[in-house]
Amino acid sequence: MTRLQLEKADFEPLGIDNEESEKIVGESTSYWKDAWRRFRENKLAVFGVITILLLAIMALIGEPISGKSYNDTNIMNVNKTPSAEHWFGTDNLGRDIFARTWYGARISLFIGLMASLIDLVIGVIWGAISGFFGGKIDEYMMRIADILYGVPYLLVVILLMVVMPPGLWTMIIAMSITGWISMARIVRGQVLQLKSEEYVMASKSLGASNSRLLFRHLIPNTLGPILVTLTLTIPTAIFTEAFLSYLGLGVPAPRASWGTMSSDALSGFEYFPYQLFFPAFFICLTILAFNVIGDGLRDALDPKEGK
Amino acid sequence: MARYLLKRIGYILVSLLFIITITFGLMKLAPGGPFTSERKTSPAIERQMQEAYGLNDPIHEQYFNYLISAAKFDFGPSFKYEGQEVTDIIKRSFPYSLLLGLEAIFIALAFGVLFGTIAAIRHNKASDYTVMVIAILGISVPSFVMATILQFIFSMKLSLLPIARFESFAHTILPAFALATTPLAFIARLMRSSMLEVLNADYIKTAKSKGLSERVVIYKHGLRNAILPVVSYLGPLVAGILTGSFIIEKIFGIPGLGREFVESVTNRDYTVIMGTTVFFSVLLLISILVVDLIYGWIDPRIKLANKGANS
Repeated sequence: MTRLQLEKADFEPLGIDNEESEKIVGESTSYWKDAWRRFRENKLAVFGVITILLLAIMALIGEPISGKSYNDTNIMNVNKTPSAEHWFGTDNLGRDIFARTWYGARISLFIGLMASLIDLVIGVIWGAISGFFGGKIDEYMMRIADILYGVPYLLVVILLMVVMPPGLWTMIIAMSITGWISMARIVRGQVLQLKSEEYVMASKSLGASNSRLLFRHLIPNTLGPILVTLTLTIPTAIFTEAFLSYLGLGVPAPRASWGTMSSDALSGFEYFPYQLFFPAFFICLTILAFNVIGDGLRDALDPKEGK
Repeated sequence: MARYLLKRIGYILVSLLFIITITFGLMKLAPGGPFTSERKTSPAIERQMQEAYGLNDPIHEQYFNYLISAAKFDFGPSFKYEGQEVTDIIKRSFPYSLLLGLEAIFIALAFGVLFGTIAAIRHNKASDYTVMVIAILGISVPSFVMATILQFIFSMKLSLLPIARFESFAHTILPAFALATTPLAFIARLMRSSMLEVLNADYIKTAKSKGLSERVVIYKHGLRNAILPVVSYLGPLVAGILTGSFIIEKIFGIPGLGREFVESVTNRDYTVIMGTTVFFSVLLLISILVVDLIYGWIDPRIKLANKGANS
């Protein structure tokens, strides 16, 4: 049995290096970094992002790589099932469904994005002003929003589509007329809550102007809920577009969107189900992808409301 | 309470006035009159018809006349179908839509609450994930796609249910389910998250530690409190069912009000468009009011009078 060799020096205190112990080893995380980390861990949400990116890329290059135009009719090649020549088959006018699907993707995604962006701008400004100034201004602004909110969204859109000349922008404008209200309500609620926080008071007492308070402090801090609402309004807009097209109020021919393609395919559905399958599948996939992104963002940005 | 009710009814009237004004304005702006058709009518006849329908009066007179008759629920004659009053069209077609709508609301509520509760109780287990996958698919599939899938499976392949029309109970099943899909999925998600929250609350722990059975805790204490968000979703639910009927009734060939509305839009039958719009709005505004009243009644924490002030 060997004896443990102990020397006096072993019992000397090593001393604490103050510099060393105070050093921050890990990288500091900000709110957004944290959110991004949580978002990445959510497999479904990442799947959603990848899907949307792929769809966007295909919308850009899908029609060119098929080598066909979305609008070329060919009477000899009507209602062909998917083949090496026509990857998704052809429709009742002999148009290549693959090319049409990706051309339609452009229209559908464009309408979805534009309508949501307009909603975003109007809603954020309206809600922020209403919540920030409060009092009579708030009351009147919210009353207007309430009255508009009482009118069924699709009813207004349909009525407007009847009156305005058919087209892409008509649809976007019609959707934006009442679409901004939910965004405005959410932003207002957030601003109401945030404006009594200390940092706003500090900024105010340093002499910051109202617009500085709004645009530098309040709106950036409501970005989380805004982002979540945005990702959830895009699928609503895409859905509305499909809905309207299905009723025959969509973008006029020869332009195609997923909605108009589904609507066209319905009459021959019994015999050519694939004609409905492709556009309907991509509508569902897009809405699904945006929905899971929205859910993922909500979980990532609001750790309190965790699972 | 009486004051609150009066105030709410006041707002409903203002909203209605706004809706009527807007629809009236839109219909006046719309290109193409009701008598524009491929067949040329002689100018004399056209003038006479315009006279008969009061289209030559000054615009404000037309507007006030319309307001007065709308208040009496008289929307004038249809432009397209001779000898038919808009009110008659609504009376004839609304029962179909009402029946279908109620059935869909019932399906959405019953299955949505059931699925949501199951998911919450079996949190992070297989049945939870199954329900959530179904729910997110349900939200992502538009109702017209759902309707077509249902028709394809149950009518064309399995020949179990009739594919269209509205004659017996069996005819109502497919359209009601197609109409209910999206709200059902939405309610399931809502129910799940609120049930999860409630199950973590202190009073549930108290109930459990008192030794109450799992069933009593979940159904008596949990469900009652967790269902509140679902109740507040009833307003949008009615709106969704209402607008959803436009497409579903068209696909299934149901002679309801939704299809009548869509047809009037395609035909530019202005009086029918305006009449149904006003009717839909009244229906929706009243059901939102009723939902708010129910909500205040179920949840004693909410004082309606206060809610009116800050909502």
